[in-house]
Amino acid sequence: MTSAAISPVRSGFSFAEYLICLNGIVWREALRFLHQRERFISALVRPLVWLFIFAAGFRQVLGLSIIPPYETYILYEVYIAPGLMAMIQLFNGMQSSLSMVYDREMGNMRTLLVSPLPRWFLLSCKLLAGTAVSLLQVYAFLLIAWFWDIAPPPAGYLTVLPALVLSGLMLGALGMLISSGIKQLENFAGVMNFVIFPMFFASSALYPLWRILESSPMLYYVCLFNPFTHAVELIRFALYGQVNWTSLAIVGGCTIAFMVGAIYAYDPSRGLIRRGPAGGET
Amino acid sequence: MTAIDAFSGGQNTPDISSRPEAAEAPALSIDGVSHSYGVRQALIDIGFTVAPGSFTALLGLNGAGKSTLFSLITRLFGIQRGHIGIFGHDVAQAPGEALRLLGVVFQPRTLDLDLSVMQNLLYHAALHGIARRDARERSREVLARLGLADRAGSKVRDLSGGQMRRLEIARALLHRPRLLLLDEATVGLDVKARADILNHVRQLVTEQGISVLWATHLFDEIGSDDDLVVLHQGQVLAQGKVARVIADAGGSDINTAFMRLTGSTAPSGSPTS
Repeated sequence: MTSAAISPVRSGFSFAEYLICLNGIVWREALRFLHQRERFISALVRPLVWLFIFAAGFRQVLGLSIIPPYETYILYEVYIAPGLMAMIQLFNGMQSSLSMVYDREMGNMRTLLVSPLPRWFLLSCKLLAGTAVSLLQVYAFLLIAWFWDIAPPPAGYLTVLPALVLSGLMLGALGMLISSGIKQLENFAGVMNFVIFPMFFASSALYPLWRILESSPMLYYVCLFNPFTHAVELIRFALYGQVNWTSLAIVGGCTIAFMVGAIYAYDPSRGLIRRGPAGGET
Repeated sequence: MTAIDAFSGGQNTPDISSRPEAAEAPALSIDGVSHSYGVRQALIDIGFTVAPGSFTALLGLNGAGKSTLFSLITRLFGIQRGHIGIFGHDVAQAPGEALRLLGVVFQPRTLDLDLSVMQNLLYHAALHGIARRDARERSREVLARLGLADRAGSKVRDLSGGQMRRLEIARALLHRPRLLLLDEATVGLDVKARADILNHVRQLVTEQGISVLWATHLFDEIGSDDDLVVLHQGQVLAQGKVARVIADAGGSDINTAFMRLTGSTAPSGSPTS
């Protein structure tokens, strides 16, 4: 056979090819997740520890007034449930970015980036795949929480889905953006200290903002400008069939900004250009 | 076009964008490419072409710039200066078309160890937009060709080093590329596994007309009929048929020719031909 007999190249990609690619990336991410049972268990144990131990202990200390979207007094466990759902997504987003750094170090990332499909699309698929995995974790958490008497209105399980998708995309995009700037896996511990913990604690996940304002106005503004706060509030309202428009706008805007940043950073002619070759290569 | 003509060098490489049909273009054309990491210059104005259906060895010591060049061809790095074309498709201007024609085996392993052989192939197929049924068929085909048909369900982690390399080659062939790049594909393998892989790749050239760029620092992987590009400290020192390179360098074999060209000794443990 000569080279002339080989089929000529087509330009562009069909919708079906994009769909196959998306499906393949989500499938691979789900397979990896299922193979890593410890990851699934730890993703659930973390918020459940907060729910069963921390919330139970602080129930008597942290009194809550009636604040939207709640129409009556609620238990502290009910208050922190949306924050814990967002926490699952925050950790998952960072876990995904950790796996991207790992994949880059191990070389697996090249398989993805050498695909002929546009890079923005590949990274978006990766983001969607990570979000899909986080949804599995959040719904598993909600199921267990239901047995703990944390039961939002039945319709809330559906209405919260778009909010979870958006917040999952935002936190995943943030993780992707961070991963683009991390050269070695060892540096990732810093992400825990400088991103995850500050984002989680300086938010409305554990205490309502008005209580924070009472104790520290400065911290209140930090929380107010923290996109994670708005992810929590978006989920909280959606769980009760309502929309917090301010949070929706902020989470939507941050998602776009982080995604554009991540795609820019992974563009070979921009972000990756500053990096040297992997260890041992030249 | 003869193989010697194909090695026309960076200065005289034809303008690929003006070619009316991609089929007439070289499998790979590197034209005036330079790349630096900060102040360190990794590639300096290099240029060569790979003729369609040829086996071209890219010979260079560790640190010569081979992997940097591969990263530029595969668009992992942006091209800072110069042009790279794959069958006439400019990598920077039309990456989708160019990468579609390209199969690549990188120096580090790029397989997912937790997935099975078949799952790795199906994932790669999806990244090229190949539907699942077609992907399964092609996977079985390439696995049979590379002697891995009985390992389709095995976890990649359980494969030997040689089998992993063969799997990477199978994966690179899955989307039926016309140009195959292999970066130090035999590093870390025993003598038999090295010979097997080299034979497989040479068969792809002779039986299927696939063009191959084979990066290596091992002289015994270069055949007397191969096209050769000598890369040293980011510069192309010689290119052409092996016999021509040896003669032009005034050496008696590829080993002495290489030493004359680079002023260096052979890499330790590197066999000579």
